Amino acid sequence: MGVFRILKDDRGGQMLLLFLSIITVLIPLLHLLVPESSPFHVTTYGITLFGKYLTYALLAVAVDLVWGYLGILSLGHGAFFALGGYAMGMYLMRQVGDRGVYGDPLLPDFMVFLDWKELPWFWLGFDMFWFAMLMVALIPGVLAFIFGWLTFRSRVTGVYLSIMTQALTYALLLAFFRNEMGFGGNNGLTDFKDILGFNLQDDTTRIALFIASAVALAFGYLVCRWIVSSKLGRVTVAIRDAEDRTRFIGYRVEYFKLWVFTVSAVLAGIAGALYVPQVGIINPGEFSPLNSIEIVIWVAIGGRYTLYGAVIGALLVNYAKTLLTGIMPDAWLFALGGMFILITLFLPHGIAGLFRREKQA
Amino acid sequence: MTRIFFIITLLLSFVNPLQADTASDFDSALQLLKQKNYALKSDAIKTIAASGNPQARAVLDAMLNGGLFIRKKEKDLVFAQKRGSNYQLTAVLSGEDLGQLKKRKLKKVGINNTLRGELRSALALLSLNNPDPEKRLEAVNNMLGNIDAGRAATLRDSLENESDSSVQEVMRLGIALSDITSDDINTRKRAITVLHGNLHPTAWNSLTTLMAKEMDDGARNAAKEALHSIDVKRQMSSIAETLFFGISLGSVLVLAAIGLAITFGVMGVINMAHGELIMLGAYTTYLVQVIMPDNPGTALLLSIPLAFVVSGGVGILIERGVIRFLYGRPLETLLATFGVSLILQQLVRVVISPQNVPVTNPEWMSGSIEINSVLSLTLNRLYIIAFCLLVFAALFFILKKTSLGLQVRAVAQNRAMARAMGVRSERVDALTFGLGSGIAGIAGVALSQLTNVGPNLGQSYTIDSFMVVVFGGVGNLWGTLVAGMTLGIANKVMEPWAGAVLAKILILVFIILFIQKRPRGLFPQKGRAAEG
Repeated sequence: MGVFRILKDDRGGQMLLLFLSIITVLIPLLHLLVPESSPFHVTTYGITLFGKYLTYALLAVAVDLVWGYLGILSLGHGAFFALGGYAMGMYLMRQVGDRGVYGDPLLPDFMVFLDWKELPWFWLGFDMFWFAMLMVALIPGVLAFIFGWLTFRSRVTGVYLSIMTQALTYALLLAFFRNEMGFGGNNGLTDFKDILGFNLQDDTTRIALFIASAVALAFGYLVCRWIVSSKLGRVTVAIRDAEDRTRFIGYRVEYFKLWVFTVSAVLAGIAGALYVPQVGIINPGEFSPLNSIEIVIWVAIGGRYTLYGAVIGALLVNYAKTLLTGIMPDAWLFALGGMFILITLFLPHGIAGLFRREKQA
Repeated sequence: MTRIFFIITLLLSFVNPLQADTASDFDSALQLLKQKNYALKSDAIKTIAASGNPQARAVLDAMLNGGLFIRKKEKDLVFAQKRGSNYQLTAVLSGEDLGQLKKRKLKKVGINNTLRGELRSALALLSLNNPDPEKRLEAVNNMLGNIDAGRAATLRDSLENESDSSVQEVMRLGIALSDITSDDINTRKRAITVLHGNLHPTAWNSLTTLMAKEMDDGARNAAKEALHSIDVKRQMSSIAETLFFGISLGSVLVLAAIGLAITFGVMGVINMAHGELIMLGAYTTYLVQVIMPDNPGTALLLSIPLAFVVSGGVGILIERGVIRFLYGRPLETLLATFGVSLILQQLVRVVISPQNVPVTNPEWMSGSIEINSVLSLTLNRLYIIAFCLLVFAALFFILKKTSLGLQVRAVAQNRAMARAMGVRSERVDALTFGLGSGIAGIAGVALSQLTNVGPNLGQSYTIDSFMVVVFGGVGNLWGTLVAGMTLGIANKVMEPWAGAVLAKILILVFIILFIQKRPRGLFPQKGRAAEG
């Protein structure tokens, strides 16, 4: 089978897939079968929280694909994540139908509030699930394609490219804050009711979303592993290490970059689409440059150029965040800032790098 | 004071029989004010205003503000001011202190809206004789809104004795506003020439009204031309204003970015904590003002060197503690300094306050210079522009004319060679970074006068500063200046039709596209330095 061939030399990936298959079975079971009084019981909140972490992990894998294997430090992947999220949010918004506060059968609440008379053209079609899902992949993908097409062709690299990606997400942040844009402005999209006819508050829906997130993560991981272990992946690593030489050998560097960058953006969009129904809201805050740069630190902590390291980093950092913001909210940003500094200074290969070095020793 | 006036009046009335006559008019008018009949009161107001009595102003003013009362027992007019539950009384004519009285023993001299209007214009007429030209100007300006032939005649009389040129000008405008409604064609034409190019809104309004009903072709054409001249002038003013706003915004951008032009442009360090160094400068201003609350001006001046020291010191700490281990690894530097920025932000939140803090503007910063009635330049923006140029010049001097500057440039061009020549490159690194950071702090002092000072102040400026430096061309101070000014002006030009947020988005998109075309900015470095 293809999956086995892809994972043949990838111990980390095998472990990850094993881990994912175990939790997709175990966590729903712990929720449904273990009585609530037991310490092993997993609450609905816990499932949703874990589901959210898994979408973050998928996002981190997408970032690792471009950072670890292509050398592009993207400070704008939060934008692709948020765009995927908005596409899903628009579908969920249309599903609300006339159950909104104002009871308008067609227009979402915020449009009624802004006194809009008809649905803007870019909202058309989002009442259909397949169309929305297509957009989840297409919108981030097309944006990444256009951005990459312009940037890679003119050979903008390194720090400049990073700052450009940051400017991209910053511009989108400002744009989505505007009410005139038609995406709910400051408040974003929220008050969702159901997805594909299933109530979003139901336990079973939440478990299904959790499993979907785990499957998406496994799928995303396999796609990325397949890319990097193919011949294409070899070329991207060559580009990362010596872009000019690769070009001189005769490879069209910008096409390779463009292709991988777009795939990564699509994965980020899918992650965003799974994130939104689980947290129940999407607002422009997701575009903030801080969010995008946080993703980078997950990858850095987990260890880039491994893919599974990104998953470890995303899960660990976010678990730590949930814990710390619960206990002492003020300390979280200190901890995050400290991690940025310490990891870059003392642990450039992250946690995954730690394992590898031991093995080599 | 009132007593002296009274004595003078007495003396005057003694020498001047005519004055004595009006003085008695004044007295009888005061008697009329006690009547209930509003028409009688209205006559009285006119008489009082025309009497030239030095007390006239005080009486009318008190009447307008409800401070003129009748004592029920003595049946005479008094000024009354509320003191607790009682009223403090002063005699109208003598200014004598009449002690306090309960409210029920007094009766207010009532007025209605018509009287209120009359009182106001009467007071305005009185102000025309005020010795202070500012007051006279204000008085004439107040009259412009509802000018009639009578008032125009008064203006004409006052114009002859008027010495202040700006007051004269407004008076002529007022007369013209009345003349333009005259039946005599020549008077109208003369009025139109006066209104030609006058930017006061009333001039434009009266000309358009005239255009609507004027029969005479010559006058129509003259009016049309006059209107056109006003429109042109208005347009010029609005262009000048946009330019001014643009340059002041550009100055802010340059101030914010110029420190980064050193750390990023010259040293090649991606300092994501740059905005936070600006923020520290702004907070230094706040803290200095807290220490010396009575003297915001001195505090502001004092905080300029202090902010330089604070931000510069923090900058050197960052360089020694973090950045020096990461030279040659720009992406790692980016991440580490971003961590520093988070810590600095949170530090301010925890130590000072998560909310914005108030920073006062000293008096000499507020106010504006009025070029004409449409265009006025606010002083704080002018100061910012001047300050920006000053900082730029100082930095330019340091880099080009001092030995530190020479060493900085040497290390930036060729580190190994500079070391071989005996330059202590590590020390130069620290000092250069300190210099760039210190200038960010100074920018913070300036920004504290313009925007809200809060923990998030720096965040947006980091991105803006990078945009400016990248747009201008890395390693080029002039590029930073030109880029900052260009972006500032472009932003303000677009703002009227696109709105502030959209203008900013368009600028960002423009820079993203611009970098595609010219990856090394407006003024790229040439030669070997460009390879780095």
